[in-house]
Amino acid sequence: MENLIALLIAAPLLGAAVLLTGGRRLDRVGHWIGTLLSAASFVFGLILFVDLLGKNAEHRTLIKHLFSWVPVAGFQADATFRLDQLSMTFVLLITGVGSLIHLYSVGYMEHDERRRRFFGYLNLFLAAMLLLVLADNYLLLYVGWEGVGLASYLLIGFWQHKPSAATAAKKAFLVNRVGDMGLSIAIMLMFTTFGSFAFGPVLSHATQASEGKLTAIGLMLLLAACGKSAQVPLQSWLGDAMEGPTPVSALIHAATMVTAGVYLIVRSGAVFNAAPDAQLAVTVVGAVTLLFGAIVGCAKDDIKKALAGSTMSQIGYMVLAAGLGPIGYVFAIMHLVTHGFFKAGLFLGAGSVMHGMNDEVDMRKYGGLRTYMPVTFITFGLGYLAIIGFPGLSGFFSKDKIIEAAFAKGGTEGWILGGAALLGAAITAFYMTRVMLMTFFGEKRWQPDENGNEPHPHESPRVMRIPMIVLAVGSVFAGGLFSIGDRFLHWLEPVTGHSEGHSPVSAWTVTGATMVCLLVGVGIAWAQYGRKPVPAVAPRGSLLTRAARRDLLQDDFNHVVLVRGGEHLTRSLVYVDHTLVDGVVNGTAAGFGGLSGRLRRLQNGFARSYAVSMFGGAALLVAATLLMRAV
Amino acid sequence: MSFPLLTATAALPAVGAVITAAVPAARRTAAKWLALLVSLATLALAVTVLVRFDPDGARYQLTESHAWIKDFGVRYELGVDGIAVALIALTALLIPFIILAGWNDADPLETGSRRWRPTQGFFALILAVEAMVLISFEATDVFVFYIFFEAMLIPMYFLIGGFGDRAHEHGEAAASTQRSYAAVKFLLYNLVGGLIMLAAVIGLYVVAGNFSLQEIAQARASGSLHMATNTERWLFLGFFFAFAVKAPLWPLHTWLPNAMQEATAPVAVLITAVVDKVGTFAMLRFCLQLFPEASKWATPAILVLSLISIVYGALLAVGQRDIKRLVAYASISHFGFIIMGIFAMTSQGQSGATLYMVNHGISTAALMLVAGFLISRRGSRLIADYGGVQKAAPVLAGTFLIGGLATLSLPGLAPFVSEFLVLVGTFARYPAIGVIATFGIVLAALYTLVLYQRTMTGPVKPEVSAMPDLRARELVVVAPLIVLLIFLGVYPKPVTDIVNPAVKQTMSDVHKTDPKPSVEAAK
Repeated sequence: MENLIALLIAAPLLGAAVLLTGGRRLDRVGHWIGTLLSAASFVFGLILFVDLLGKNAEHRTLIKHLFSWVPVAGFQADATFRLDQLSMTFVLLITGVGSLIHLYSVGYMEHDERRRRFFGYLNLFLAAMLLLVLADNYLLLYVGWEGVGLASYLLIGFWQHKPSAATAAKKAFLVNRVGDMGLSIAIMLMFTTFGSFAFGPVLSHATQASEGKLTAIGLMLLLAACGKSAQVPLQSWLGDAMEGPTPVSALIHAATMVTAGVYLIVRSGAVFNAAPDAQLAVTVVGAVTLLFGAIVGCAKDDIKKALAGSTMSQIGYMVLAAGLGPIGYVFAIMHLVTHGFFKAGLFLGAGSVMHGMNDEVDMRKYGGLRTYMPVTFITFGLGYLAIIGFPGLSGFFSKDKIIEAAFAKGGTEGWILGGAALLGAAITAFYMTRVMLMTFFGEKRWQPDENGNEPHPHESPRVMRIPMIVLAVGSVFAGGLFSIGDRFLHWLEPVTGHSEGHSPVSAWTVTGATMVCLLVGVGIAWAQYGRKPVPAVAPRGSLLTRAARRDLLQDDFNHVVLVRGGEHLTRSLVYVDHTLVDGVVNGTAAGFGGLSGRLRRLQNGFARSYAVSMFGGAALLVAATLLMRAV
Repeated sequence: MSFPLLTATAALPAVGAVITAAVPAARRTAAKWLALLVSLATLALAVTVLVRFDPDGARYQLTESHAWIKDFGVRYELGVDGIAVALIALTALLIPFIILAGWNDADPLETGSRRWRPTQGFFALILAVEAMVLISFEATDVFVFYIFFEAMLIPMYFLIGGFGDRAHEHGEAAASTQRSYAAVKFLLYNLVGGLIMLAAVIGLYVVAGNFSLQEIAQARASGSLHMATNTERWLFLGFFFAFAVKAPLWPLHTWLPNAMQEATAPVAVLITAVVDKVGTFAMLRFCLQLFPEASKWATPAILVLSLISIVYGALLAVGQRDIKRLVAYASISHFGFIIMGIFAMTSQGQSGATLYMVNHGISTAALMLVAGFLISRRGSRLIADYGGVQKAAPVLAGTFLIGGLATLSLPGLAPFVSEFLVLVGTFARYPAIGVIATFGIVLAALYTLVLYQRTMTGPVKPEVSAMPDLRARELVVVAPLIVLLIFLGVYPKPVTDIVNPAVKQTMSDVHKTDPKPSVEAAK
């Protein structure tokens, strides 16, 4: 059985290798090879899942040691995989949603001449993401961690003839590298503290280390998570990442890769449990981001960027839950999975809309699309109901639990975090209703473009509709399936641990408050975008709206401080290197005997003779000194 | 007496160089093939060394020892430890690729130009450099080492000064002047370093009475050879200075960008991937072994300089407008990592540094050779002259990206393993320095990806729209390097197995043990 774990990764890796080196003769079948190998990986995952279910809850960990990776004295990194309930959950999410999105892309990328390469990158992503969640030590996890970063870089910049896409890809990689610094330092700290960075030794001995060390490790892991999961202050790349083809946004920048930070924190739970300050920092980052992303999501007219803000915000919920410790871990992962369904579904829906609208992304140029693309409308609508937490749908269960857990943290912190989570629920309801109304309701607002081409909205082909339908079904039922009878809790508890907090407010009060927030959010959005027609040109808006359109000025800050500052720094250093460092050395040489004068002459052709004479001189010096010694 | 394998490995390219140079001018192609075959045969001998070497055996193996200059106790002594074996293998491996990549670099210029380009000489000089580099890795006699360490400057000088990129934006005359400047600068820097080392070599002889590395090291370890603290420090500095010029370490680095910029890409690879490695190798072999106490004394200063190299080199790379200068500054940053790993005085740092030398050789070769193919197509080294190349030449762009990703130490590719080992090995003893060095990974991503973005992506510039993709010969050069980068990233064990025992010896030379983790976790 353990060998299947290696095959799980090998299948998409093989696909990537074949598709990227295979050349043009694979152009006609490449997309099916990619889809098939992704599906094969999903089937392997299912077999392993059934196998795990057949075992006792305490014995659901499979370890597969492949080979010794970096053996150096005192430093042992192995290529070892660990499949337990946590990684199993991810495996099914990654390969399941991944396969659906492969299928969708067959239709979506049909007219792209580089479709084969696109599927090669998608397979590469799957392999790296599986490595990330299956690694048994942090260094191997790092390989997957940057592997998904590479795949993300390649896919954001897939249309790299567009300068905006190439810039966005570079930005994503760079911001993630800042996070990677955190991961690097965390691993180094683990090594000096525990003499190891494998999950077993680190997590089982965590309590023996000093709290200071654990806090440092925790904060560095948080930095890493901020980069990968687009959390404040490293969130700025996610909006730009929407330059990538929409299936990429759905798979990588919504359902899977961006949730890797949550995985990292939950996986390292033992470290965080013993480092309350680090936990507090995690909850603060989560709470700030869930509001930040939601506010940005309210102001965007680009449907994908609105959804990107939403993704940031929803991951904020997960990070918040993960920071709460054992009362939140399970719900962080549960929301991660349900979010994987509905957000992937929403993005695929957005892609379907764009597909029918000549790649238009501005929602102000949509309107009334529900009659033109009914399947997209219904599946998108179900995803919408799920994300705002409509009772009975997936998001209702998973988000409600997080809000409850936030209150259960207790004390002032509990009230603040819980309050932020509730407020976030209201804003979520607002911006998602706004997206829904602007896209599918009201009057049609699209116009012919400069060339007189008017979009002819139409439903997408079946190969795209099927994944949307499957994800919509998941958006509706997953939450209930997981929550009723606490199935998901019992499944994950052996790995993450679980404790009930002492909430100052009852569960029903929380649910009630959430419902009120939901209604308020929907109501305001209806008043603004449902009752009256949406203007085709965005009004100037309030100060907050304008700031939110610019991602709350994050990029402006980065530009002034980092980009400009960096340019000045490197430019002055180039000058310093040329005049000062080089000048001092040349000057010293000149001082030693008019070398600079000779240098000038040397350039006229005496160089060779000079070299020879210099060497001759050196040899003479040797001979003379040796002679002295001999005498 | 057994077959002198080490002598043969170094002598073969030397003899090959002489014969190649003697090929008549009209038989240019024959000279190229001869040089390639000689380099391949040398590779075969190097592989034999690799196979015959027993990592768990004696420290120095395949030793040869003959009296040479009896009066001064100079002996022709050769021997290799794991570190030397790894670098010999790297050198012998890279030379055939360098020759193949430079296949047309030294052809006579088009009719109308009066410049004479001695094709045979180009390939003979490359083989001559190989021979001298190999014997530098093998020599266990300080004097023998010194001779070849210095002598390799001569063929290098002619390679830099005599052969530049074919098309030059300012015309052939300007190019020739700049080349001469770069070549002389290279020569003067290294000669000054060499002369200071010479003084130290003589000083060492005065103190120890012979030049044998093993004898002196043993005498020092057993206490029979006492060296006054100040004497040891001065001698150490003399050796270290020469190696720091060669490596090169900030602020002695300014010759490298000029040399790499003016030389053809294969020669630039020869400089940075092969010749410069002698400097870092010699720090491990001679500085630490002969002067252990002085090495520890100088460690803080050297670590700071290497840290400056890492950050400064990377920042300068970000600011470059010339592709080859950018790679040169990136190399300065990487040499900072290597030197930092050596002087961190931990097993991880030193194993990492040795692995880094190997990996950096391969990754720089991949990046620089593809850059050379690119430059030869467009006739310009300026980044701004490119744009959208990936549309016209996707395979070239793809291999360039992989070379770049190796340069930024992407996990999964070989350089990641060595860079992380260096970082963790440094962090274990000097946390603050380790953390600051980590900034290097962000800056490396910056200069690499900016270079890729500006040259390969965006709208296709008219000048590059008809650019041909990689040819078969070029693919033969690049593909094996990429395969190696992936292989050594996934499975570096073959190299670490050879290197680890040698590093253990070096660690005991300097009487250092690795810091213990604060919590003893069950492994």
